[in-house]
Amino acid sequence: MPDSFDLIILGSGPGGYVAAIRASQLGLKVAIVERERLGGICLNWGCIPTKALLRTSEIYHYLTHASAYGLSAEKPAFDLAKIVERSRKVAGQLNGGVKGLMKKHKVSVVEGEGRLAGKGKLQVGERILEAKHILIATGARARDLPFAKADGQRIWTYRHAMVPEVMPTKLLVIGSGAIGVEFASFYSDMGAEVTIVEMLDRILPVEDADVSAFMHKALTKQGMKIHVSSGVEKLETGPNGVKATLKGGAVEEFSHAIVAIGIVPNTENIGLEALGVKTDRGHIAVDGYGRTNVEGLYAIGDVTGPPWLAHKASHEGVVCVEAIAGRKPHPFETWNIPGCTYSRPQVASVGLTEAKAKEEGRAVKVGKFPFIGNGKAIALGEAEGFVKTVFDAATGELLGAHMVGAEVTELIQGYAIARQLETTEEDLMHTIFPHPTLSEMMHESVLDAYGRAIHY
Amino acid sequence: MPIELKMPALSPTMEEGTLAKWLVKEGDVVAAGDLLAEIETDKATMEFEAVDEGTIARILVAEGTDEVKVGTVIALIAGEGEDAGAAASAPAAAKEPVAKDGGETGAGQPATPFPSPEVKGHGASPPQEDGAAAPAQAQPKADATDRVKASPLARRLAEQRGVDLASLSGSGPGGRIVKADVDGAAGKVAPPPAGAPSAPAAPAHAAAPSYGVPEIPHEVAKLSNMRKTIARRLTESKQNVPHIYLTVDIRLDALLKLRAELNASLEPRGVKLSVNDLLIKALAAALIEVPECNVQYTGSELITFKRADISVAVSIPNGLITPVIVEADTKPLSRIATEMKDLAGRAREGKLKPEEYQGGTASLSNMGMYGISVFSAVINPPQGMIMAIGAGEKKPWVVEGALQVATMMTATGSFDHRAIDGADGARLMQAFKRLVENPLGMLA
Repeated sequence: MPDSFDLIILGSGPGGYVAAIRASQLGLKVAIVERERLGGICLNWGCIPTKALLRTSEIYHYLTHASAYGLSAEKPAFDLAKIVERSRKVAGQLNGGVKGLMKKHKVSVVEGEGRLAGKGKLQVGERILEAKHILIATGARARDLPFAKADGQRIWTYRHAMVPEVMPTKLLVIGSGAIGVEFASFYSDMGAEVTIVEMLDRILPVEDADVSAFMHKALTKQGMKIHVSSGVEKLETGPNGVKATLKGGAVEEFSHAIVAIGIVPNTENIGLEALGVKTDRGHIAVDGYGRTNVEGLYAIGDVTGPPWLAHKASHEGVVCVEAIAGRKPHPFETWNIPGCTYSRPQVASVGLTEAKAKEEGRAVKVGKFPFIGNGKAIALGEAEGFVKTVFDAATGELLGAHMVGAEVTELIQGYAIARQLETTEEDLMHTIFPHPTLSEMMHESVLDAYGRAIHY
Repeated sequence: MPIELKMPALSPTMEEGTLAKWLVKEGDVVAAGDLLAEIETDKATMEFEAVDEGTIARILVAEGTDEVKVGTVIALIAGEGEDAGAAASAPAAAKEPVAKDGGETGAGQPATPFPSPEVKGHGASPPQEDGAAAPAQAQPKADATDRVKASPLARRLAEQRGVDLASLSGSGPGGRIVKADVDGAAGKVAPPPAGAPSAPAAPAHAAAPSYGVPEIPHEVAKLSNMRKTIARRLTESKQNVPHIYLTVDIRLDALLKLRAELNASLEPRGVKLSVNDLLIKALAAALIEVPECNVQYTGSELITFKRADISVAVSIPNGLITPVIVEADTKPLSRIATEMKDLAGRAREGKLKPEEYQGGTASLSNMGMYGISVFSAVINPPQGMIMAIGAGEKKPWVVEGALQVATMMTATGSFDHRAIDGADGARLMQAFKRLVENPLGMLA
């Protein structure tokens, strides 16, 4: 039977396609079903194309500040269509890469909308695929405001914001999570007047309070307006823009608005109800191996709940598939998932915030080292930011690390490894960090937690 | 820096020993090969020779000290040219790496674990973590604990909590011991409190190897807390308690006759004795008669209880619980019967209070109602014994050379052999048998 597999994966995002490759490596016969483009949101409409855009805005920022480096660049200008074209090309290249990977690993790619058709069966159009194991990796989509649907004209989701046809002159960003702040940063650096509205009492609310405070200051200094403990109560579109009524009644007009208030899992119309699949607040409920309450049915990634991150989905996919193949993987745990925001300045963190650690009743030692104390940062002209570390005072366990500043998204994995290997402050102190690098601040922050920082 | 003299591992399995006798005193000059002390292990007494030369600066562990862990610093030796007085005042915990407390080494260099030969014994050398480990090196297998794979955090936690890493199995990659393993073990190290027995502190899980689930249609259910507790305690018991099993056949006719008579007279009071109620009483009486079996082994002490509280295994939906008949040895049978009825009823409804199922000096498990003729039960730690009762069945029985039909049952006692010798266990079984076969004895 040609349509029979060991494993069918519904959705080819970073959860699904990575799971497919791992399953193939373990000798399973795998099919992957995708309704749109291989690689999912991450690769086509998320992580990657936005990084391409942010690279453009970063270079543009440097060009407009060239004199600070002894260079002169006269009246830098940009072509929005070409910026978007580059971003799409990058996404296209990676999409092609995933296609190649699927071929290399002999994963059957089935195009179309898949829907569970009973136990072990998935219907795609007229075809019925069969497999002992079916893995749901359908991801999530942007949550709409209850009173104003994104129309792609004046009200955008990330998806529209990624392929602008016109440059907003005055932009309202609703929601200050990673997505909201990244778009705010891009459009602000490209010259738009940006306002961020956040419901909670600080921006980037999942980050450490020190990081939120620093970012608030830094973005304000760049010219952004930020309203916290606020919200948009009404959003009306007109021919020339949107009119927003903020909490408290203030009315302001913008050329465009980006809605970045969270996500909704894609659980509809895939036949979950008929099989009685349990959900938890809209997300599919799974155990540490991605198993749902229905035998032979698994789920990973955004559709199973937070944190909504590509690398979380990929890792869950690997654990799930290894368990299916009879390996003995460690169950998936969420205690050590780094999070990154690629704004200017960048934000990266892993583990517990200082407040959370204290909430757990731990005595903590906190280290903080500023970019201004680091030679490489000053040489780069990036002397803004800090590296904060939180240790358990009793055991020396690295509970969390929080960074803001240039390139910190590339640094955070050092602390993630330290945590995974359960190093204590002692091992980190004994580790030699190369000079001159930004990473030296990671060392200094640890030293500072124990009152031993050298350069500050 | 003084040389740290550490408790040597005199056999590959030695974890601790008694420092029986010091053969040197503070101020003595010793040369390599001199006898320093006598160390007693569970197997033998051995002499401990000096490897380094110098002056005994300070004796840190007095002779006669029990349970000195291998690796404990027991004395400091001042090296050649070193002031023994200064060495004596050096902190005993000098093995703590210098970087930890922000201090400086003499040479202003980062601490190195490799003392360079030319500075050895001249006060400027870095802490010698392995200086006194030399005796162990003479017996290459003795330092097996050094090869335990564990994360730095797990090592530190184990040290802080007094958990022996070598006793743990690692759940990390390649069997590496990680924080969770130490957390799981932490509850085990606290010795049971002397006096009234109580359930030991709960480690998080009963470790179970993780096998893949075979591809056979199945259901998955999360473990209930009761199932986790049962798993943990039974595993703990079978792994840590050496069981011996002693079985006797017991004739029940006299007990059944007495029960019928008692029930007839108790009827107006609405009390009905079960066979099990009588067996609870018999076990309690036997334990008082043979106190050697009414005990708890704590690792350092043997506790003998002055009364018999009997934990009675009660099967309940999805598990098992053991309500306790307190002072079963002195309670009248009618009271045991009413209490047992109440406890069993509430046990099935899940309404027992912790004090009603914790404690107990010994246990009784009766599977007679299932037609089980003989079985061996798992001891309920920290108790010293459990009695397993089989079904009463009519059997041919030889009495004074003539064949009779008798109602017989089999009782098997499981005993903690660390605390209870076979002969004492046998005396308990004899007493139990005698009391059941001559049941008036337990009424008096």
